[in-house]
Amino acid sequence: MNSLIEFFSFSDPNVTIVVLGSVLLGASAAIVGCFTFLRKRALVGDAVAHAILPGVCVAFMLSGQKSPLILLTGAVISGWISLLAMDYIVNRTKLKADTAIGLVLTVFFGLGIMLLTAIQHSGSAGQAGLDKFLFGKAASMSRQDVMVFGTTALILLILVLVFFKEFKLVAFDPDYARSAGLPVRSLEFLLATITVLAVAVGIQAVGVVLMAALLITPASAARFWTDDIRMMVFLSAVFGVLSGIFGSYISYIAPAMPTGPWIVVLLSILAFGSVFFAPRQGILARLRLQRGNTRKMLAENILKTFYALGEKEGSFLRPRNTDALLQQRAFRPNTLKRGLRRLQRRNLLKKVSDGKWRLTEAGFEESSQIVRRHRLWELYLNKRLSLAADHVHNDAEAIEHILTPEVEAQLERDLGYPILDPHESKIPPGRSQK
Amino acid sequence: MEAFWIILTGSLVAVSCGLLGCFLILRQMVMVGDAISHAVLPGIVLAFLLSESRETLPMLLGAAALGVVTTLLIELFYKKARLQSDAAIGITFTWLFAIGIILISLFAGQVDLDQECVLYGEIAYVPLDLWITQGGLNMGPRTVWILGGLLLLLLALVTIGYKGLQITTFNPEYAAAIGISTAFWHYLLMSAVSVTTVLSFESVGAILVVAFLVVPPATAYLLTERLPRMLALTALFGVLSAVGGYYLAAAIDGSIAGAMSVVAGLLFTGAVLFRPRQGVFRRSSLEPLV
Repeated sequence: MNSLIEFFSFSDPNVTIVVLGSVLLGASAAIVGCFTFLRKRALVGDAVAHAILPGVCVAFMLSGQKSPLILLTGAVISGWISLLAMDYIVNRTKLKADTAIGLVLTVFFGLGIMLLTAIQHSGSAGQAGLDKFLFGKAASMSRQDVMVFGTTALILLILVLVFFKEFKLVAFDPDYARSAGLPVRSLEFLLATITVLAVAVGIQAVGVVLMAALLITPASAARFWTDDIRMMVFLSAVFGVLSGIFGSYISYIAPAMPTGPWIVVLLSILAFGSVFFAPRQGILARLRLQRGNTRKMLAENILKTFYALGEKEGSFLRPRNTDALLQQRAFRPNTLKRGLRRLQRRNLLKKVSDGKWRLTEAGFEESSQIVRRHRLWELYLNKRLSLAADHVHNDAEAIEHILTPEVEAQLERDLGYPILDPHESKIPPGRSQK
Repeated sequence: MEAFWIILTGSLVAVSCGLLGCFLILRQMVMVGDAISHAVLPGIVLAFLLSESRETLPMLLGAAALGVVTTLLIELFYKKARLQSDAAIGITFTWLFAIGIILISLFAGQVDLDQECVLYGEIAYVPLDLWITQGGLNMGPRTVWILGGLLLLLLALVTIGYKGLQITTFNPEYAAAIGISTAFWHYLLMSAVSVTTVLSFESVGAILVVAFLVVPPATAYLLTERLPRMLALTALFGVLSAVGGYYLAAAIDGSIAGAMSVVAGLLFTGAVLFRPRQGVFRRSSLEPLV
């Protein structure tokens, strides 16, 4: 508990620097990542992250020093070369995007590793710590690092805010953007440069391999909560900031713990939470919707079966046993039993004795409405689309569950308030006609 | 002698990965292979902790399990949550890799593994780990035997399963129509990728595994349209990369695994520049990446 207060009071200047760094890097990558995500370039970001390593090494070999600004310049240059290489491969050879990404990623990274080890073996002074680019060094960021990378991150944020509308168009509909007179090529160039920069600074926090997560994971998580890109960018940034803070906190209380991987794990937990529990788009919400639909269809099919049996024998409210129902329509026996019980709870059916059920008044009303929709649709297909009377049943089986009252009224008007369906069966009256 | 063993190890990995890589490229699943090669890390660490040894079998089981978990997670995100496929891949492998690194840090005292070794391997140490029989006979490096066995296994897989792999790769609808299970070949290929990854990673690291999965097959694909020729060229380019990489690394005193992927990249660049005419005029309909 003490450590919690200690940490969040920011009384330790080192804590302030680390948290500030992680938060800025996380947020800028998360925001830029939204556009990478929407343009389906998520793994391109991964390749760029790997491709930055040779640039860093060459910059060090040429300058002989580890000034963050010089290394950042080298990183951006080689990141850009990798983008051009991928672009060339996809456009000028028969290789597909995934191959281009994998190829550029490994070759550039292999080059980076080769140069890095050569530098290490050469024993050149001041090379120690260069390998932090590989795995990140959030917990040991210096004031100078945070100044350079933090400023870069701030510039990125400002650029994204200024060009928000343009980037949005380029991400969603580049063709429209072009026809609206936007300089799409330049905007794409700017967006790509921003991505390379975000990757180059983000690597400071989590390292080469995990950089992709900083770009992709918060954006993907945010996508599950909203369809509005402004909200998505905001949420993505919040996720980036939260995991930055708590990642630093974890390595503060347990110094042996690496900050970068913890930031990624926290981001992933947020993403998993979103994937499963987000309203509407989450897996659980979708399953619930699916189950609701299945149950509704089952209930309506059972009611319809009661109606059909009643129509045959001229008595709708007579009790039926499950065998009779199963003879009329192929239900799975257990599914049927569950459906019957659920209808009883809704007071649409009444259990008369063991294994015998009958429609209630409300149940009869409900069943005739379903049959009505079914037969109206059959008639519509038969009359308006000139389908043969024996070809319309299956289609009506599906649509009867989803026809809205408005469409129903329109069908009826359109067909001149009909009485009989194509099979000469009576179309039950609507609720308003009673 | 040392050079021979290192080059042989590199070549064995190159040919094994290349065989699988050809199918990954044609199925447009390169990045799934990349994801698996990173995501097996926690499986390897857990196997390490549970078996308290660096035995091959537990590591294989751990990696194979994680390989399956990776494929299933990607599919869960992609099919059930309807996340776009690149994001599904990215989230899955970074998450598992991060867990792997955290596990290594947590059990640093007990696990004889570090992040560097995972990424770029220790091919230079291959000749040191010798297999000496009970009779005291020196059989050469242990790794070479393991990788040799792996290569034989993969050759058998590709030879026996050639038709299934080929049909499900080029025409999955037709395969399904004549009763060949695309899912079966998909999972078989993915399992082969995880097994190859884990057996190779100890000597060459995750990055070189991916490099050998992608680069030599891509080079071969630029030069031919026929699968058998593509497989043969892949093996050739793989071996050339291993040989060239060894001497390049020796010349500049750098990582051998890194140098091997650089040479593979150079071969690819050569193929792009000097490929037959047909390649130049074939344009992909995909959008530019930049």
